[in-house]
Amino acid sequence: MRRLLLRDLALAFRAGGGGLTGLLFFLAVVAIVPFGIGPDVKLLARIGPAILWIGALLAALLGLDRLFQAEREDGTLDLLMMQETPLSLIVLVKCMAHWVSSGLILALSVPVFGLLLNLGPLAIGATMLTLFVGTPALTLIGAGAAAVTVALPRGGLLVSVLVLPLAIPVLIFGVSATQAAIEAPAAFLTPFLILIALNLLFAVLGPLAAATALRSLED
Amino acid sequence: MPLCLSVEGLAARRGDTLIFRDVSFSAGEGAVVIVTGANGSGKSTLLRIVAGLLRAEAGSIRVAGGDPQRPDAVDTRTETRRDLCHYLGHRNGLKTELTVFDNLAFWRSFATAPSRRHGLEIEAALEEVGLLALADLPVGVLSAGQQRRAALARLLVAWRPIWLLDEPTAALDAASDAMVSRMIARHAASAGIVLAATHLPLDLPQARALAMPGPPRREDVGGDDVVWLDAGQVDGPGAAP
Repeated sequence: MRRLLLRDLALAFRAGGGGLTGLLFFLAVVAIVPFGIGPDVKLLARIGPAILWIGALLAALLGLDRLFQAEREDGTLDLLMMQETPLSLIVLVKCMAHWVSSGLILALSVPVFGLLLNLGPLAIGATMLTLFVGTPALTLIGAGAAAVTVALPRGGLLVSVLVLPLAIPVLIFGVSATQAAIEAPAAFLTPFLILIALNLLFAVLGPLAAATALRSLED
Repeated sequence: MPLCLSVEGLAARRGDTLIFRDVSFSAGEGAVVIVTGANGSGKSTLLRIVAGLLRAEAGSIRVAGGDPQRPDAVDTRTETRRDLCHYLGHRNGLKTELTVFDNLAFWRSFATAPSRRHGLEIEAALEEVGLLALADLPVGVLSAGQQRRAALARLLVAWRPIWLLDEPTAALDAASDAMVSRMIARHAASAGIVLAATHLPLDLPQARALAMPGPPRREDVGGDDVVWLDAGQVDGPGAAP
């Protein structure tokens, strides 16, 4: 299992692996927004955390369709399904690797990108923390969608459409936890704990759903 | 009880078409079954069904003696077959970005401890398929034949009793054909079972041919009662107008 994690990480950061595409996309979104909104620094700081969250959500979706498709194309998926290790566990480990190469990197890039949005240290810290906790759920939801669309030639868009409705609660509680941390009267812990709960829920549901979808793949 | 794989009355359907039906055979330890048949006769489908990757339309596949804890048990579950079989399909199951060695190390790490113990070390497996000198090259830069040999080495690094080989000699040269023959013979000799779809003339006394019946004829599919319609009215069963 450790080897699968390391292998997936190595593949993600090799040429064509797409590990850094999400980061570049994130940068593009964050860099464009100030130009679109105009030179209102106060407004920028207020909506900054939400922009970072939306950017991270969209960036995390980018590489998801390749999660199983690449394995299917070279025949690895057949062999992964014939292992003694349960398929849902294999899916979970693949999700962890995908998260490290997408969500974790996005969260770590917030101190740099937050400066572009005029965020203060507290807002940067809060966004980092909520992204760190919230992005695994995005990957886990995406695994189910990626498994359903694995046999479709251009399933990337379909993955996004399938993921977005389920990802909206994650976005809502992620942003509201961040806002609560910045503006004193709102309770931070409640939305933050719900965010963690969503994570745990999808850590169980995502791999199970993905494994079921892959097993029922007949080709 | 020694290991025995038996297939009875197997039928397969892809979409609406029945690809084959009534395929039966049984293979014990040391058996080599060569699946032959025209293109599209269902050789690959048969191997994938035995591997547990596709569902059969009808029929049963039984494995006896697969579980060392319960030697007398006869098992029909697909999970059991997935764990007992090595499947070599059209696609090699190798990552082109990683080196040959890393690819094999990955699959070896997945195997259970007993099957690792029974299997060959990675260097020995590479020696066997003649790729030891190329172990540190990414699979992507190898030729198609060399990639196929790397895929064959995967069967050696972890022991599994049943080999399902779909055109194992695709893209291989004559010398490598002989190597595949030797590999199959050695696996059979060590109480394994080999089910191979290949045109390779295997020089093995125990090799048996299983000819795929080909697609069922039309009247087989429709059943016996063919009803001819004459001007919209049922004209009675039987003879053609």
